[in-house]
Amino acid sequence: MIRKKYSLIFALTMVFLLVVTGCSSPNTASSGNEQADDAEIVTINFMHLWPAGSSRQQNMIVNEIIEEYQDANPHVRIVQEVLENEQYKNKLQIISASNELPDVGMTWPAGFMEPYVKGNRFTPLDDILHGGVKELFVAGTTEAYAVDGKTYAFPLELNIVPLYYNKAIFAEYNLEVPTDFEAFKHVVQTLVDNKVAPIALGNKDRWTGSLWYMYLADRLGGPEVLTNAINRTGTFEDESLVKAAEEVQNLVDMNAFVRGYNGLSNDEGKSEFLNEQAAMYLMGSWELPNFTTNDEIPQEFRDNVGYFKFPTVDGGKGDIDSWVGGPGVGLFVAENSPVKEEAKQFVKFFVERWGDQAVARAGVTPATTVDTSVLELPQLYIDVLNDLGKASNITLFADVQMRAAVAETHLNMIQSLFGKQVSPEDYAKKHEEALAAEGN
Amino acid sequence: MDKVMSDKKVIALYVLPALLIILTLVYSPIVMTGYYGLMKWDGIGEMEFVGLANYTRLLSDSMFWQSVYHSFLLALFSVISLAAYLLVALILAGKIKGANVLRKIYLIPMLLSSVAIAQLWLRIYHPTNGVINSLLTFLGVEDIPLWLADPNIVLFAIFIAILWQYAGFYILIYYAALKNIPESLIEAARIDGATPWQIAYKIKIPLISNVIKVTIVLAVVGSLKYFDLIYVMTNGGPNGASEVMASYMYKQAFRSFDFGYGSAIGFFLLLICLVITWLIRKLTASKEEIQY
Repeated sequence: MIRKKYSLIFALTMVFLLVVTGCSSPNTASSGNEQADDAEIVTINFMHLWPAGSSRQQNMIVNEIIEEYQDANPHVRIVQEVLENEQYKNKLQIISASNELPDVGMTWPAGFMEPYVKGNRFTPLDDILHGGVKELFVAGTTEAYAVDGKTYAFPLELNIVPLYYNKAIFAEYNLEVPTDFEAFKHVVQTLVDNKVAPIALGNKDRWTGSLWYMYLADRLGGPEVLTNAINRTGTFEDESLVKAAEEVQNLVDMNAFVRGYNGLSNDEGKSEFLNEQAAMYLMGSWELPNFTTNDEIPQEFRDNVGYFKFPTVDGGKGDIDSWVGGPGVGLFVAENSPVKEEAKQFVKFFVERWGDQAVARAGVTPATTVDTSVLELPQLYIDVLNDLGKASNITLFADVQMRAAVAETHLNMIQSLFGKQVSPEDYAKKHEEALAAEGN
Repeated sequence: MDKVMSDKKVIALYVLPALLIILTLVYSPIVMTGYYGLMKWDGIGEMEFVGLANYTRLLSDSMFWQSVYHSFLLALFSVISLAAYLLVALILAGKIKGANVLRKIYLIPMLLSSVAIAQLWLRIYHPTNGVINSLLTFLGVEDIPLWLADPNIVLFAIFIAILWQYAGFYILIYYAALKNIPESLIEAARIDGATPWQIAYKIKIPLISNVIKVTIVLAVVGSLKYFDLIYVMTNGGPNGASEVMASYMYKQAFRSFDFGYGSAIGFFLLLICLVITWLIRKLTASKEEIQY
């Protein structure tokens, strides 16, 4: 009896399979015919990292821009491939090894893109840049994508790193926004005494801790020390760079960071701030939507979020208007693309359209200049964009400035520094060794 | 039919598809990895032949040897835990009530993807809101361990998750092997007055010794090349405290853009696995098949 039942199921499955395959083959044949009709259609493959799920707004804007472009250029068809951030990075590297990059894709500046440029994978975009695009960008942003005087990508984002804080928690303990580091330590101590975690940090991702170190280095030694140490005109064993490492460990000793920060990812760290379990959070301006327009986060929490500039250190050389930050992803065109000219035109169109749309709807602070008086933006945005305009200096993220192998050392050292497994002196020494070995 | 199958050409024809697939998907990448291991290559630009430089670097790389140590530690724990799995399988096969349901429950972790398991254990180990630490706080423990952030315990915290992940797999293998033992043997022993312990120790285990050998090889090799949970849960951190060979290889190739060195590590890992497999087989080889 049972055997009969199984053979019946088997027979039905086979019938079903036959029907399905039988139906599908004429379909594929007809779609093949369609394409043959429009022989002169140009297809541009575009790979980006804004999936409809996790980056809904960005994804929508991308689709609108593509649609608009296809309407204006009916002979062009743009095919998207969307991957999430980490997968995107992996895939980009693997397909570039076999020289199969998409016609248009996204890259990060400086150290990240250097091997691609040296490997002759990206094409220079200077002809379009000087054809009326350069004026669109905030001064100095395209330089991060330049190697040996040629620009290989156009930035879409420009971020700075403010120190966000929870106004309600500050008010509860009568705390003032600190402008110098002593006052900041006082804030931390008061919060610790009251059993509130002062700072949310997810240092499993390591670059998150690097932000703290970079600011302290900037405030102690001025904006050039770290940059010079990395580009080898200076040294990492500079007094202020060692001192900055010491200050990080002082904060660790004060219990300034949430419990288990070295094992938490940035998202886990962030959720401590979002759940109002931690009072402060040092993170890029890309988080602004979460504190202004994101409906999934309670309104009362969003209203409570403010930010301040990283406090100055007494006797230090850095000023309060110097920021850590820099351009984020940018668009490149592949060197071996068969449709290079069309791809370049598309990139030009994309950066022209992106800016205002991006800030108004996706909350991305774009690398193109924004007229804050015309757009209707949340106050937090206007403040950040204005501060961006007043910035005396923007130091590019250390791990982006460095070459990959050095960046890896830096990030590991950051984790050790925060975990107190390395002394500030050894921390500096390891950096110096790695930088010297690479001849960065 | 026999005539057809004895024709060498026909045999070759039937073997060919599988052979081609295994050659292109398994063996040629191995050869390529060996080749890349002799190069200085960032994965994108030009390759430069450096001979055995990557391997000499490997021998003096303390981070690498630390990851080797961690991998072997994992292999050791996996093998030890096999005994526990065998015990569970013996109990399950011993006709206890609900054995069927229990067997299915043990197998559930096998059905989850590694990333889902990693997410689950990340919640369990969360320093403030995790199950374990909430319980410890509730019980009034002062100095709560920071499971994944403390370099001294992170490795063992992950080991527990890995052993849990594979428990069902080995229990199922043992269970199937035990079920294959003819009932008549056990009955005969019982009539002769053997205790359940004696039946297990003197009859069942020797009879499935071949399966046990296979599981030892599987556990050791699987541990040596283990990657998934480590990558998702800690990414080898904090500062290499939970780094294993495979995650270190990944980092060198894909994070530091050092494909040559990464390939050298990969090739070395393959050699280690081969040698270990050979060693285990040598050590556990028995002259004759056990029969009763």
